[in-house]
Parts: sequence; structure tokens; C-alpha cells
Amino acid sequence: MNNENISERLNTSKVSTWLADNIVSLIFVAFTIFGFLVSDGVTMNFFLTELSSRFFRNAFLVLSLIIPVVAGLGLNFGIVVGAMAGQIALAIVLYFGWGGLNGLLLTMLIALPIATLFGYLTGILYNKTRGQEMIASLMVGYFANGLYQFLFLFVVGVIIKVPNTHPMIKPDGIGVRMTVDMGAYDKGGLKYALDKIWEIPFMWAILAVFAAILLLQIWKIIRNKKNPSLYRYNMTMTVLNIILSLVMIVISLYAITTNSSLMMVRKVPVVTGLLIVALCIFNELILKTKLGQDFRSVGQSQHIAEVSGINVDKTRIIATIMSTVFAAWGQIMYLQNMGTLNTYGAHMQIGLFSVAALLVGGASTQRAGVKHAIWGTLLFNSMFIMSPEIGLSLFGNALLGEYFRTFMVYGVIGLALGLHVWRTNKKGKVTLN
Amino acid sequence: MVEVKRKKTTFRDIVNKIGFPTIFIGGFWILLLIAGGALGISVITLLSDTIKRAGMNGILVLAMVPSIQSGTGPNFALPVGVVCGLFALVCSIEFGFTGWAWLFVSIAFAIPLATLVGYLYGRLLNAVKGSEMTIATYTGFSIVAAMCLAWLMIPFQSPNMGWFIGKGLRETIQLDAIGGAHILSNFLRFSLFGEKGFITINGESGIIIPTGMLLIFFICCIIVWLYFRSKSGIAISAGGINPKFAQSSGINIDRCRIKANVLSTILGAIGIIVYSQGYGYAQLYTAPLMMAFAAVAAVLIGGASASRAKVSHVIIGVLIYQGLFTTALPVANQLFEGTDLSEILRMVIQNGIILYALTQVKGGDN
Repeated sequence: MNNENISERLNTSKVSTWLADNIVSLIFVAFTIFGFLVSDGVTMNFFLTELSSRFFRNAFLVLSLIIPVVAGLGLNFGIVVGAMAGQIALAIVLYFGWGGLNGLLLTMLIALPIATLFGYLTGILYNKTRGQEMIASLMVGYFANGLYQFLFLFVVGVIIKVPNTHPMIKPDGIGVRMTVDMGAYDKGGLKYALDKIWEIPFMWAILAVFAAILLLQIWKIIRNKKNPSLYRYNMTMTVLNIILSLVMIVISLYAITTNSSLMMVRKVPVVTGLLIVALCIFNELILKTKLGQDFRSVGQSQHIAEVSGINVDKTRIIATIMSTVFAAWGQIMYLQNMGTLNTYGAHMQIGLFSVAALLVGGASTQRAGVKHAIWGTLLFNSMFIMSPEIGLSLFGNALLGEYFRTFMVYGVIGLALGLHVWRTNKKGKVTLN
Repeated sequence: MVEVKRKKTTFRDIVNKIGFPTIFIGGFWILLLIAGGALGISVITLLSDTIKRAGMNGILVLAMVPSIQSGTGPNFALPVGVVCGLFALVCSIEFGFTGWAWLFVSIAFAIPLATLVGYLYGRLLNAVKGSEMTIATYTGFSIVAAMCLAWLMIPFQSPNMGWFIGKGLRETIQLDAIGGAHILSNFLRFSLFGEKGFITINGESGIIIPTGMLLIFFICCIIVWLYFRSKSGIAISAGGINPKFAQSSGINIDRCRIKANVLSTILGAIGIIVYSQGYGYAQLYTAPLMMAFAAVAAVLIGGASASRAKVSHVIIGVLIYQGLFTTALPVANQLFEGTDLSEILRMVIQNGIILYALTQVKGGDN
């Protein structure tokens, strides 16, 4: 409603509003398609294998960004702090040599209080930097990185004495090594501890996902018939979704029955996938609780929320804690897939990449949902896979693609944020007039 | 009556006047200097390095003043100016200039380039009022990343800059080859407490004063100081303090903000040229990425806030900031061998002070 009014007042058509809303996603779709056209080295198999493993690695982290956006904190670059909490927990578990699924669960358990504490502290900081949360969250990542290095390079060894014979510790007995091997799952390590529990072929997973979407759409239709006024319902979208699901189901059934080359795509980790789905559902369901409604009202207007008796500061802190804890778990899931803990580098880019992915999915600083996170993770990682290939085939230089990738990450964040603020300011002017 | 007045200047007042961060970090620096002296590290060398590095970074820090005064916050998009300067510097080498000619051509080319880019950047900031700092950070990052592509793709020919194999520019360009290294630093250089008494011309030991470099820093400081006493400069400050009031007194805020950011970008461009000659190398690619944060931290340590800054804050800030880290490195290495404590200290202090300044920003959009 509101949006339509404004677009009328701005004398812009619906099409251009839609374009402006989705410009970032469109650029990425165009880029990926362009990549397929120019580079002949990329087969569908390679692309899907890369994409699915990257998706399962990153989706949880991207999803952890949603709650702060709803609560009006903007994009929480501070999930880096959560990632650090995850790595601290992981380092403890690795040090004592616990492994396997139990080791992984223990890591998540240890990460919980650490991340809660970190989230609480960053939450307090965000309350003190009201209106500047995003730049503050970026800086808190850099700041915490200093403390993190202090812990891993100095406290471990100088203050907490550790034996220098331990494989994790540097030969001089001070500090943790740059890279720590997490050990293979079947040898009692942590690598793939979550992923290897249960794996199914890629096309079966596609079949299952789209069958679920189909059922969901049918359920929506039935629900709408019973109670038309209760729910938001968009007929065209539902029909489109049903058609898409049917097409994908047919493709996957075809691939499974003929055993085509698509069956060679790497298998999909089911448990990791289920955890991602669980977080999606959690993010949706929490909005229906009292707490979720508080998040929303604080996100809409802190002043009105305060007046209506919501403890704004506390709500914002809870939102930050949740985001931080999920980020910690997300980082643990990410690392069990990587198999090595890159002690001083693994967390650095997490905030940047996750935020970029969310924005690519069409989110903004004030509006983000599960849909944006999933779609964004897919699109963003497609770009990541394609850019070195494009650099290689167009300019004969993969390094160029690497730089281009970095440019896209920063550019996307800048562009999406800039466009959003610019449009909000414009709207503000229109309403004032 | 007089006695009552005298009582009013308590210790707390002095702290408030100078600023808590300045006193705290300045005190820490002095403590480290004393510790360094006690550990047998030459304090003279430490001071000499401090002055050298303060001179190198001074103009980059000075670039923060106009943008803070205009109300757009510290110029987190300093890399925008920096890449302008680097581009001018590289072009000047490409056209075969050496020595002083190289320096002057670089600066002469950097100024119009930075003016143009700064104008566009100012327009951008006017479009995104309210979130300038975040957008500025990402504008800076994007420009650096885009220039990475440019350094690799622009067909420069000069053998002083290319990789030995393949296309594109080197990551660090030695300025020795074109006679540009330390060209300003060595101009009228002298040293204090050197081997030959109090002042030695062109001395190599003692506290080396890079006169030329300091001179250009102070000239820039004076220009900025004078500018903010001119009509146009006062308009910028007024717009920064209270935009609505300034607007109703007939000041065109948007133009003021653009002017300030053009000035800031120009200072960034000149700053990196001076920095590069003092360092002896021009660093391309991702080197400018994080430069803004160090400059922001320095001006904040000097006593500025996210909305008010003076030239004096720059001079004090850059001295303390650079002094602290030139001192911390050898002291930390001596105390705890094999640890990277000074780098950690730099990260914590640099980013901590920016966070502290952000908590002091009043308001918010709700």
C-alpha cells in the first residue's frame, strides 16, 4: 500500500520501482549467465557441485543476519564476532582432541555461552552507537580481531602455559599455528562431522526440495480458500511457484531415471541442510511470537516501541545475541566443511561476504527475509564461481577475475546501501512536501 | 572571588579540555618511551622515526578536518583521494619525469583529478545523508578494488613500474629509480643531537628532521587553518554544526559539503604522494584499503570528535599515533620475543578509538 502511494507520488511506474528494488539481483543474474556464455571451461556439473557445497557452507551464516535487520539494527557486520566465538570453541575442542559428531556438538555447546557473552557486549555497543550501528558493527569486527589475536597469539603460551609439542601450538610454545588441521571424520576428527552423517545424491535433494515447495503452495491455496481474508496471498506468485516446482521435479525425475550426468554432482549433506531449514523456520516463526513482534516494532520506530512499553534496549540486545550465536554455529558448520581451521583468517571475510550475499538476494537495511538469504547465497556464490573463469576466458588472466570478485563484493554492498538510503531520502522529501 | 575562580579549574576540567583519549594514549606513549629507554632502545632513534612517520602521514590525517567540519563525519572514503594521488604519481612516472619535476607534475596532476573525483563523491554523499560513514567506507573499498583492475589493465609502458613478466603494474614501485625517493624528506634535512653537536646539516644520526616534508605538511595545515577562517570555510563549519540553522541563514549546505569533500579528497591525493616519497615506494593494489582507519584514528586521538576537528588535533594526533606505534614495535619485541604484540596493539587502539568516537555521536534517525 504505502509503496504504491509513494511510487504514484514520485510519478514512477511500477516497473521502475521493481527494477530499483531488484537491480542488484539482476546484475548478478546477468553476470552469471554472461559467465556461462563466455567461458567454455565450466560444465554444469562443476558449477552445481561448487554451488551446492558453497551453499551448504554459507547459508547458515547469511541467515544469521536476518533478525538484526528486522529489529532495526541494520546489517550486522559484527557476526565476525560470533564467528570468533565459534572458532574459540573449536580451538578448545581441537586442543583436547575431541572429535566426531559428539565433538562437534560439544563445540556448538561451548560456543553458546561465549557467543552469548560477545553478543551481549556488542549489543550494548550498538545501543550506544544508535543510528550508526552499521559502521560500528564493521569497526567492532576489526576491534575484536585485535583482541582475538591477542588471545591466540599471546595469552595462549605466555599466560596459559601450553606444551610446545602439541600439534596446534607453534614450535616456540607461544600462540596457535596459522592453520590447524581438524582431522578426518572417520579417524575421529571433526572434518565433515556434520556433513557425512547422511548424504543423498544431488538430484534426489532437488526432487525433495521442490516436492516440499509444491506441497506448501497447495497448502496455501487450501488455506486461502477456507479463510481468504486472513492471509496475504498472491495468486500469480503461487501459480509461478507451482509451475517452477513441477518443471524441476520433472527434470530431477528424468535425471534420476536416465542416470544422466547430473547424477555425478557431489552428494548433498542432509543434516546440514536440515539445520539450515530449521533456522529458516525459526526466523519465520519467531516473528509470530511476542518477542518477534517486539523486534518488529523496535525496527519500525524505537520511539513508538518505547512509548508502548517495550524495553527497546533489551530487545535490541536480544536480537544481537541471537545473531551472534547463530553466526558462531554457522562458522562451526562452515569450518567442519572446510576441514582446516585457518586460525587468523577464517573469520575475517565472513561478515563482508554474508552481508553482500544477503543484499544480492534483494534485502535492504530495513527489510530482509529467509527468501532473500537463500536466493542471495545462491546468486552470490554463482558470481564467486564464475568470476575467475570469466577473467581467464576474456583476458587470459585469472587474477583479474579475483580482483573483479573483490570489487563486486564491495561494490554490491556500496551500491545496495547507497541506493536504499537515496531512495529513502527521496521518499522522505516527497512525504514532507 | 579570585580564589573561587581558581578552584574551578580542577583536574577534571583539564582532562575535559584536552580530551580523555588524548591524555590516555599520549600517556601510554610516554610510558612506552620510558620503558624503551630502560630496555636500552635508543630513544633518539625512536623520536627520529616518529617525526619521519608523522610527516609522512600528516596530510592524510589533515584530510579528515574538512569532512568532519562539514558534518559528513570522518572521511572514511580517504582511499578515493589516495588512488587519485597514486594515479597521478604513476602517470607522472609514465611520462618520464624524474626528481623534482616528477613530484611537481604528480601534485599538479593530482589536484584537478582529485577535484573532479571529490566533486562526484560529494554529490554521492549528499544523496545519502544520514548514512555517510557507512556508505563512505564502502565507496572507498569499491574504488580501491576497481583500481586493482585498472592497475592491471591500463597499458603503461615505463620499465620502472611493470612486472618483469606479464602485463600490469608492480605492487610496489621503487621511487629510487626515478630519483623520487625521500626527495622532500632530504630537502634541507638536518639532525639534532647528532654526532657533530647540536645541529648537523644532512646528518645521519640523532633526531633527523625531514625539513621539506614537514614544511609541506605545515603549509597544508596553514592553508586549511586559513580556509576555515574565510567566509566559505565558516559556512562549511556552520553547516556542520547545525544544518537547519545554516540553511535558514542562507547557506547552501549541499554545496558546502561538496566543497569540503573536494578539499578532503585533494588533501588525500597530495598526502599519498608525500607519503610515498617519504617511504621510498609507491604501494598500489590493496595497500590503500585500510588507510582511512589509521587516519581517522589519528585525528580522533588528537582530540577531535566525529563532528568537530581542528588543525591542532591533526598535529597532536598524528604525533601521538605514529609515536605510539613506532615505539611499541621495538619495545614489544624486546619484552616478548616472537609475538606480534605491537600489531595487535595497533588494531585494538586504532579501532577502539573509532568505536569510542562513534559512541559519542549523538542522535540517530529514530
